Amino acid sequence: MWTICRKELADHFSSIRFLILFCLILMVALVSTYMAATSVREALEGMFKPSHVFLLLFTAPGKFFSLVQFIAFFGPLLGIIMGFDAINRERQHRTLAKLVSQPIFRDAVINGKFLAGVITVSIAVSSLILLLTGMGLLTVGVVPGQEEIGRLVVYLIVSIAYVSFWLGLAILFSILFRSLATSVLASVALWIFFSFFIGFASDLVADALKPVRNSRDTEQIVANRRVADAASLASPAVLYSQATSTILDPYRRTRSNLVLTGMMERLSLERFRNPLPLDQSILVVWPYLTSLLALTLVCFGLSYVIFMRQEIRSV
Amino acid sequence: MPAIIQTEGLTRQYGRQTAVDGLSLEINEQEIFGFLGPNGAGKTTTILMLLGLTEPTGGRARVLGVDPAHDPLQIKRQVGYLPENVGFYDDLTGRENLRYMARLNQLPESKAREQIETALATVGLNGEGDKLVGAYSRGMRQRLGIAELLIKEPKLLILDEPTLGLDPDGTNKMLDLIVSLSRDRGITVMLSSHQLEQVQRICSRVGIMIKGRLVALGSVEELAKRKLGDDAGPNLEEIYMRYFKET
Repeated sequence: MWTICRKELADHFSSIRFLILFCLILMVALVSTYMAATSVREALEGMFKPSHVFLLLFTAPGKFFSLVQFIAFFGPLLGIIMGFDAINRERQHRTLAKLVSQPIFRDAVINGKFLAGVITVSIAVSSLILLLTGMGLLTVGVVPGQEEIGRLVVYLIVSIAYVSFWLGLAILFSILFRSLATSVLASVALWIFFSFFIGFASDLVADALKPVRNSRDTEQIVANRRVADAASLASPAVLYSQATSTILDPYRRTRSNLVLTGMMERLSLERFRNPLPLDQSILVVWPYLTSLLALTLVCFGLSYVIFMRQEIRSV
Repeated sequence: MPAIIQTEGLTRQYGRQTAVDGLSLEINEQEIFGFLGPNGAGKTTTILMLLGLTEPTGGRARVLGVDPAHDPLQIKRQVGYLPENVGFYDDLTGRENLRYMARLNQLPESKAREQIETALATVGLNGEGDKLVGAYSRGMRQRLGIAELLIKEPKLLILDEPTLGLDPDGTNKMLDLIVSLSRDRGITVMLSSHQLEQVQRICSRVGIMIKGRLVALGSVEELAKRKLGDDAGPNLEEIYMRYFKET
């Protein structure tokens, strides 16, 4: 397994498409963080330093989007690009039959490939975050506290799990589909659906299940929104962005976007607005993290089972 | 002499279709065995069952004394299998391809280096080892395929259409290579092919498989006597066509 993993790692890091995509992500990330940094610095000019400034680098929208949103959108591409031809490339080059007739277990092939992908993702994402942290240190001149570093580490782990989910999905498609083009299109289609259209889809589901007949009836509206929220959680992209925004923003104490509060209530809430400690933030998003991991495992498990049962002869 | 490959009633069904039907076969040490049959006759399925890559639905097989359904790794360590139209990692050189295979076979690094050089020399590619495989001709690729099998010092080679698509010169080199491996190193060879003339030239015994059943087994001379009468010369082509028309 390690032999295969090693070869795949070498392939990933020397493959041009990985380098191109990584440079692209790096570039955009640098620009967006720089913009965020500039605006944070301007906003802080002459002010007393509030807590958790450093995390703002990642969550503050610069001109267009925050870094976290950006990674939620484009991280999957990294996973897809590394996984979509994992198995069917071996089929096309007729190396799969040769590979499995070596003295290795068949699952070593798929385990090695998945592991190599996860390692590549980890290296890419970690180096990205470290680079941005360094740049943030230089431009803003604020040193992150222990808790902020802790939050960044958690964010990093969640991001790796998220990209690994897409890697697993892409590998699954590379087993199911013989053609490289079909497999990449299937992955990209799912990516687009989960990232961009899940909002519409969940609205549709909500309207079908709990229609709002009377637009003044708050209970109906709440029920409708609840269903929509729940439905959108089917998307790993939503899971990920909600989980990470809670992790990186200590002021968020609920995952739900919809807390209906009255005027007075809100005022009293504002007065007690204090940052949550890290462990509490993690507690809030724990279900999200577990479902994200579960999704990744399901994807990989499916690929594993299908690959083990597939006939080699049709190679 | 002990049998290297031994099968008893080996059967494989795909749904209702029977790909291999009660195959009983013995291949002895140091033989060059020709495995013949039209496309889709079940030759490749048989080979995959012998390697433990496909489970039989009935019957038993023993390869080098091991049941492939139970211990495929043990078999794959000692058997070299060259699939039809074998592929390589085109973005690696010949040597790098061999090194990868050596690692998959868990050869220690120093031993691997030695084996790679010997294997390249044996197949006559030592000058080409550092070229990208993408630039290899078909004959060179096929010989590199054999070199990949040799680095694990196999006791048995299973070659699926080793001469398919080679020019006459390449074909001759390949056949000479197979014969010399069998003669000089005592490697048993099982080869499947459609090129009957070549099979007749190098194989000591042949088996003809049609529609999943083994219809003939023996040396070309024996089969000629049985099918064509005593006076007919040993012509595998004619024997094959007789069997083919009968079934």
